[in-house]
Amino acid sequence: MSATVRPTQRQRAFAERAARTVRGRKAANVTMLTFLSIAALAATLPLLVILLHLVKLGASSLSWNFFTQMPKPVGESGGGLANGIAGTMILVGIGSAVGLPVGVGAGLYCAEQAKSRLAQVVRFLADVLNGLPSIVMGIFAWEILVRPLGHFSAFSGGIALGAMMIPMVARTTEEMVRTVPNTLREAALALGYARWRTSLQIVLRTASAGIVTGALVAIARIAGETAPLLFSAFGNQFWSTSLKQPIAALPLQIFSYAISPYDEWHSLAWAAALVLIALVLVISILARLATRARAGAGHGD
Amino acid sequence: MTAPTPHADVSAAPPRADAPLPSIEGRSRGDVVYHAVITGFALVVPLLLAAIALAIAIGGWPALRQFGFGFLTSSAWDPVNGQFGAAPAIYGTIVSSIIALVIATPMALGVSLFLSEFSPLWLRQPVGFLVDLLAAIPSVVYGLWGIFVLLPLLRDPVMPFLRDTLHLGATGFFSGPAYGPSMLAAGLILSVMVLPYIASVSREVLYAVPRSQREAALALGATRWEMIRHAVLPFARPGIAGGIILGLGRALGETMAVTMLIGNRHEIAMSLFAPGYTMASLIANEFSEASNDLHLSALMAVGFVLFVMTLIVNGIARWLVWQVARRASGSAA
Repeated sequence: MSATVRPTQRQRAFAERAARTVRGRKAANVTMLTFLSIAALAATLPLLVILLHLVKLGASSLSWNFFTQMPKPVGESGGGLANGIAGTMILVGIGSAVGLPVGVGAGLYCAEQAKSRLAQVVRFLADVLNGLPSIVMGIFAWEILVRPLGHFSAFSGGIALGAMMIPMVARTTEEMVRTVPNTLREAALALGYARWRTSLQIVLRTASAGIVTGALVAIARIAGETAPLLFSAFGNQFWSTSLKQPIAALPLQIFSYAISPYDEWHSLAWAAALVLIALVLVISILARLATRARAGAGHGD
Repeated sequence: MTAPTPHADVSAAPPRADAPLPSIEGRSRGDVVYHAVITGFALVVPLLLAAIALAIAIGGWPALRQFGFGFLTSSAWDPVNGQFGAAPAIYGTIVSSIIALVIATPMALGVSLFLSEFSPLWLRQPVGFLVDLLAAIPSVVYGLWGIFVLLPLLRDPVMPFLRDTLHLGATGFFSGPAYGPSMLAAGLILSVMVLPYIASVSREVLYAVPRSQREAALALGATRWEMIRHAVLPFARPGIAGGIILGLGRALGETMAVTMLIGNRHEIAMSLFAPGYTMASLIANEFSEASNDLHLSALMAVGFVLFVMTLIVNGIARWLVWQVARRASGSAA
């Protein structure tokens, strides 16, 4: 208490306030409350505006062809981004294969050994990694995978995405595992379960819905990442699913088409952005509903 | 529950003397293996960070050694003659981030205070969610939107309005031709992108302010705003500062949207209408087309500077937020 209350300063402040007329204070009150309400409105506006433009400009170029056809040469309208969709799926697949097990494992460690020195370090460094600019991850992937092997590849892009996933998944897993009541652990141990079985079969299973939610959110995030892929997956105009070759990806295509001078490519970029956003929004809303349902089941507020 | 276990016979209370007992420490071989595996996964995190730091430091070393401290202060960027200085990129990174924070902070604080202090309860969740969703939009989509919606807006009504109608051109900050791609455009898009980070941290911090603080202020006759100003904000200040600095960390490293909107010119210009560069956009633009090894190394050195900057900024932010969490749990007890 004593750390938060500084009586002298506070008393002085209130004495100053009291000296003013009540009308002035009320006017200040109304002004500030109005300002805060406007700020609240303004903060929700950008999302709505961006979504509106995406739907308006993206929907018109979105058709079945978008998902099944290759990009047409410049000057021809139509065509699709089948290669980018396949590429993004492959990249996200590699990323998940790397990021999910490591992330979940690290998260389990942090939750189960919460007090250990290593857990504290890992928790802090995971936050640091989460805040790392994604372009730095791109340079890293280039330095350790592209430069030594001598060529851009889908593999290096997937690894870069996987590395980005690790800290995200680790942190959400830890949070979810920590919500598992200790009584469950104790019950399992009392029944003679070994610690590792308690951990995997009781704790992890109980927390699994939350962990899956966290994993989906992480997948949605890396699916839209561009910067880590610039010098690793690199992009590809053609159809390629080889892990050793450069590969196309939706975010990379949005980037290169957006800065191109061709109208047909612009509309493809809008359509691709709409697809990406739809993916992200659906996953975010599902995750939100899932976590809220669980929180509601747990306690009243 | 259903799976039979080796030790499931606990009901047969005293085990036979010859039965193999689980070790007293409760550590079977499975436990040792399991512990080793998850410890291994946990170790990946520090190792990954160390590997990133090392790889970038080694890659940037030739340029850093050749140009020394001057790398940070020189404006030269001449791949042909092998002269490299990161000053314009560092300047652009800092200026665009400051623009972003100046615009985003009042909005983020406004929406957080609105939600924590006087919105009806049913509005808290949906509005908070809408703001949080801004963080889920991929950077490249912001860039796309910026190119086709924001830039035309800036070019036609906004920039001439600021420069001529408001006569802000005389200040030097809003002068020159209104092309569109500019420091201002980058700062604006960044402000939308960092808004959710500042808002979500300050919202959490404001929710954590004990009710007793608010009630005490109101009991003394304070208006709502005076309560916020004198009871709520002082308590939450370090946490809000942490949120702002966290937003700064995001703004410093944002790549795609900025690359698409800032104009990419290697120059320090006072006017916000002029194109510029940030460290991240410089790397994104030139890395795959680097003309020689020194150019590549210079770009990696820029990456290293960016890495160190975000590391420091994020460290400070975490520390501040953590302090409020500790304070709140301390006074709640």
